[in-house]
Amino acid sequence: MSEGDISRALRRIGHEILERNKGSEGLVLLGIPSRGVPLARRLAACIEDVEGTEIPVGELDITLHRDDLRRHPVRTAHRSRIPATGIDDQVVVLVDDVLYSGRTIRAALDALSELGRPRAVRLAVLVDRGHRELPIRADHVGKNLPTSRDERVHVRVAELDGIDVVRISGGEGR
Amino acid sequence: MTKHLISSADLSRAEVEDILETAASMHDLQRREVKKVPTLRGRTIINFFFEDSTRTRSSFEIAGKWMSADTINLSAKGSSTSKGESLRDTAMTVDAMAVDALVIRHNASGACHQVAQWVRCSVINAGDGTHEHPTQALLDAYTLRTRLGDLDGKHVVIVGDLTHSRVFRSNVITLKTLGARVTVVAPPTLMPSGIGAWSAADGFATSWDLDAVLDGDDTVDAVMMLRVQRERMSGGYFPTAREYTVGYGLTRDRLDRLVARNDDVLVLHPGPMNRGLEISPEAADAPQSVVLDQVSAGVAVRMAVLYHLLAGDDTPAPAVAATTPSSTHASPPATTATTEGAAR
Repeated sequence: MSEGDISRALRRIGHEILERNKGSEGLVLLGIPSRGVPLARRLAACIEDVEGTEIPVGELDITLHRDDLRRHPVRTAHRSRIPATGIDDQVVVLVDDVLYSGRTIRAALDALSELGRPRAVRLAVLVDRGHRELPIRADHVGKNLPTSRDERVHVRVAELDGIDVVRISGGEGR
Repeated sequence: MTKHLISSADLSRAEVEDILETAASMHDLQRREVKKVPTLRGRTIINFFFEDSTRTRSSFEIAGKWMSADTINLSAKGSSTSKGESLRDTAMTVDAMAVDALVIRHNASGACHQVAQWVRCSVINAGDGTHEHPTQALLDAYTLRTRLGDLDGKHVVIVGDLTHSRVFRSNVITLKTLGARVTVVAPPTLMPSGIGAWSAADGFATSWDLDAVLDGDDTVDAVMMLRVQRERMSGGYFPTAREYTVGYGLTRDRLDRLVARNDDVLVLHPGPMNRGLEISPEAADAPQSVVLDQVSAGVAVRMAVLYHLLAGDDTPAPAVAATTPSSTHASPPATTATTEGAAR
């Protein structure tokens, strides 16, 4: 996906979220670090363009809730930033770059439940690459990319990487 | 990250910064209604305290519980130690119960290092004799960083009974790791012998004259008062408590002079305080005092330490490290590979 594809996908997702929610009332966008965070901010900007109201954006660190902690060297946990509106009785849209096994989202749902009780939780992802290991699906998808398990999906965003691009690389490196 | 935390010197700057960053997220947890994360579910932590402690022991216990580990407290009194069991037998008995971590406070310097040679589980030093107290240094660094930002080039003065202070030893190391400049002040009788070579090697300054340091050209960013440890004093280190206060206590007058030079100066004390001896009530309760911030940081920092020692893969795995670019440190090859973890 090129820069243009990504921005068009985000714009469409923004419209879908508004349509589904019947307006921007009670919406809170939470990005999942690292690349979900800039994507959530952009999505909020898209929605603000359409509606003219400000959308609260935060970030949700899920490190402490991962189920694969014992399989990797320790990762540093970061702070979650929850908007001042809180998440109680709001419609929380989780934003991430790639949906793969679904385990990250499972951890995010657990992390959310400790922070409050949203009215509804939805999931927006830039790329859905399949291979789910849990009964989790995305409500809003930028692009479905059928991949094989030995391929890797690289999402790069301008805020962190200086460039907007989504690429797939095969088994033998990039 | 190493398997044990025995000395502050076990931690690189990147590791200290990772722990402090994690501690910040743990600190947020402390302000929530539900203070619990599942991170260490199924892990067992034993707090073995051969010496009295309020804040260290309770904060380690709370830290473990908030991360869903099972924590058990043992003290020398009420355990088989009082029946004459040796430290080695006690440690190996506890280790045989397949616990994941042993948090030890002991009155003998080097006890934790020694125990780490005997057991398979992680060993965390919660204060060993007059040697080190690494988690105290981490929580002091956390408190300082919360108020001062990056500690690079900041001037921290540590005052008091240096000879008997494990807090001072760990703090000098951690502060240096983070790039702070340290001056230590003590009466000649409480200055450790041989400190000249150490201070030269590690680049910190020493002085016998507190007033000269406080009024010196080098503005003080934080002053850390150490407790006069009456239980370790067999007398003779200073003539009277009053004389100690006059020479080395943080009196109201000294605090006023510090604040006049730098309004944002911080006052730290590891507790428990001897009010009126090493620190005046005015200084202890001044807006510059962060003594209670230190206590509050204690739980968050100990959670972060437990997390970094226990949450990750317990087998050395350079192969996995390659696929996780977010991890800033692979386990060093020096880590003892005696526990391949299959039994856990």
